[in-house]
Amino acid sequence: MVAKFDLTDDSVVVVIGTGAGGGVVSNELAQKGVKVVALEAGGRYLPEDYINDEWESFGQLAWTDPRTTSGDWRVAKDFSGLPAWIVKAVGGTTIHWAGASLRFQDHEWKAKTTYGEIEGANLLDWPIDAEEMAPWYDKAEAKLGVTRTGDRAGLPGNNNFKVLEKGAKALGYEEVHTGRMAINSADYDDRMACQQTGFCFQGCKWGAKWSAAYTDIPRGEATGNLEVRDHAHVARILHDDSGKVTGVEYFDKDGNLQMQKARIVCVAGNSFESPRLLLNSASEMFPNGLANSSDQVGRNYMRHMTGSVYAVFDKPVRMWRGTTMAGIVRDEARHDPSRGFVGGYELETLSLGIPFMAAFLNPGAWGRSFTSALDSYENMAGLWIVGEDMPQATNRVTLSDVKDQWGLPVANVNFSDHPNDVAMRNHAYAQGEAIYNAVGATRTFPTPPYPSTHNLGTNRMSEKPEDGVCNKWGQTHDIANLFISDGSQFTTGAAENPTLTIVALAIRQADFIAREMAAGNI
Amino acid sequence: MSKIERQGLTRRALLARSVAAGALVVTGAGFLAAPDAAWAMEVSVISEHQMATLIQMARDIYPHDRIADQFYAIAVKGYDADDKKALVEEGVAALDAAAQAAGHADYISMGWEEDRVSILQAMEDSGFFQTVRGGLVTGLYNQKDVWPIFGYEGESFSKGGYIERGFDDINWL
Repeated sequence: MVAKFDLTDDSVVVVIGTGAGGGVVSNELAQKGVKVVALEAGGRYLPEDYINDEWESFGQLAWTDPRTTSGDWRVAKDFSGLPAWIVKAVGGTTIHWAGASLRFQDHEWKAKTTYGEIEGANLLDWPIDAEEMAPWYDKAEAKLGVTRTGDRAGLPGNNNFKVLEKGAKALGYEEVHTGRMAINSADYDDRMACQQTGFCFQGCKWGAKWSAAYTDIPRGEATGNLEVRDHAHVARILHDDSGKVTGVEYFDKDGNLQMQKARIVCVAGNSFESPRLLLNSASEMFPNGLANSSDQVGRNYMRHMTGSVYAVFDKPVRMWRGTTMAGIVRDEARHDPSRGFVGGYELETLSLGIPFMAAFLNPGAWGRSFTSALDSYENMAGLWIVGEDMPQATNRVTLSDVKDQWGLPVANVNFSDHPNDVAMRNHAYAQGEAIYNAVGATRTFPTPPYPSTHNLGTNRMSEKPEDGVCNKWGQTHDIANLFISDGSQFTTGAAENPTLTIVALAIRQADFIAREMAAGNI
Repeated sequence: MSKIERQGLTRRALLARSVAAGALVVTGAGFLAAPDAAWAMEVSVISEHQMATLIQMARDIYPHDRIADQFYAIAVKGYDADDKKALVEEGVAALDAAAQAAGHADYISMGWEEDRVSILQAMEDSGFFQTVRGGLVTGLYNQKDVWPIFGYEGESFSKGGYIERGFDDINWL
């Protein structure tokens, strides 16, 4: 029984976005009996709809509405209109994500305390810590069915992992395994085991990978408390004279502007759209945008220090076969300033098909140096680097002069690497190359970052209202019934892929909202 | 020299150049074909010479010795269109002018890839070059018939994935 709520029903929680943050918070609230209207800009696609073809799938799922870019990051040059590779669909980027599900390391909740003052970095400690998050991580791991947690076994290693493992162990690395993955190694929670098909980024056609699209969303709907409206693009959050939010205006699937009333609004549109929406909701009372008395909305954009290393061998690897990211080296994730940078990084297996390899191996490159690399595609192994990047006040999302199909100013994403990011990336390139050289690589490729998949920090959590946008519950400092429910609430990025932490925070936030509603506080 | 003779010379010259470039034969008005007749294509808006030049340029930008001309031809065939005509005319003229300045009859009659590449490098920032290069990234590499040449197997869902078909079959480590 799928609920249908009236536009004038001011008792509902409106959740904007249905990914790891919004999809989970919607379901968790619905399970507790809270009425939820989830507004999703994209359409609805399920495993039978997913397409195992890189460009065709990109056309089906990716957010390709206009965005603009600036700053010295290479993405702004090579993919100026595509700063992020994220999904516009019910379930959000949980359709595309690779499934890597790692907890933050304890010290990463306290980056400022641990790393000290770093020039040019706008570091801050999270207002929460590892101990407080542990039970929520337990719930998140159980929800996602994360391998190597609980009693769940690890995934088997594919060819790409075996190359990584051999090289990493030859270098003396010790924490090397097939990862903690939200991809079933055995049937779990009505989802089947991984069939080693590849194409994890294009949506798992077996449903072996956790995605909100076919778990939290339909389960929330089954309670009768959740209505998901797809092709609903939110334009503005409205408020009353007391400064409380009262509802949202959105363009429905026919392009008509609608207004949904709300008791509470949760923003979960990923780290570009969430601050964009708050800024586009500026009013006479809030001329700089909603929840922006700190001037931190849109600032401190983090995308993880990333890069890839591909290597060619004299014999075939066929890295595309099997689970894309089931392989990790964790030894460099520690904080060890003797390496010349603060924070750390993970090395995770990665492969792209020929179409995306041609686009991303070295964007803009041509000639035999480039094509001879592709000629050896079958003999190629690959890894992705994901490390903690420094929050910087000037790395930020602002409103662009460009307008979208609704006439709304789009997000401009300004990003430049911090020197710490550069030092860490160079270290990671060298270690990645050493791993592959240890197993006889004949050529290695330090590959630049792709359009961002980990977008974080643009509505960050802070103890003090002047340092950030929301408190330890994701509740905005300025407006008690306005919440941030996605990765934009991250205070710092840590070295780990963010989805597990987004999910854990969403479960925890739903618990808080339900309690506060019951207590009559919001 | 009569008009017919000029045309004859032009055709002979084109044939000669095709041989020099090792790639294409212009078989008649509006047609290009492989020397072994394995494939042919028709142009209606741009000239055979312009199309032959585009195909050579595409190979010089992304040279894969195991990929036949027909795949490069497919990748650039969209330039035989009214809205691309001016871009192609200007671009090919620039390539030929650079070739002539280097003492060659035109771009496709330059025998060595290195010589052609040096001309491309000099015009790397031009709109013509960037348009052709950018279009090739999908135009060439997103052709499913090209993938097996790289060993890439494409989708595997219809075959049940690789769980019983070699996801972990590496045997040389």
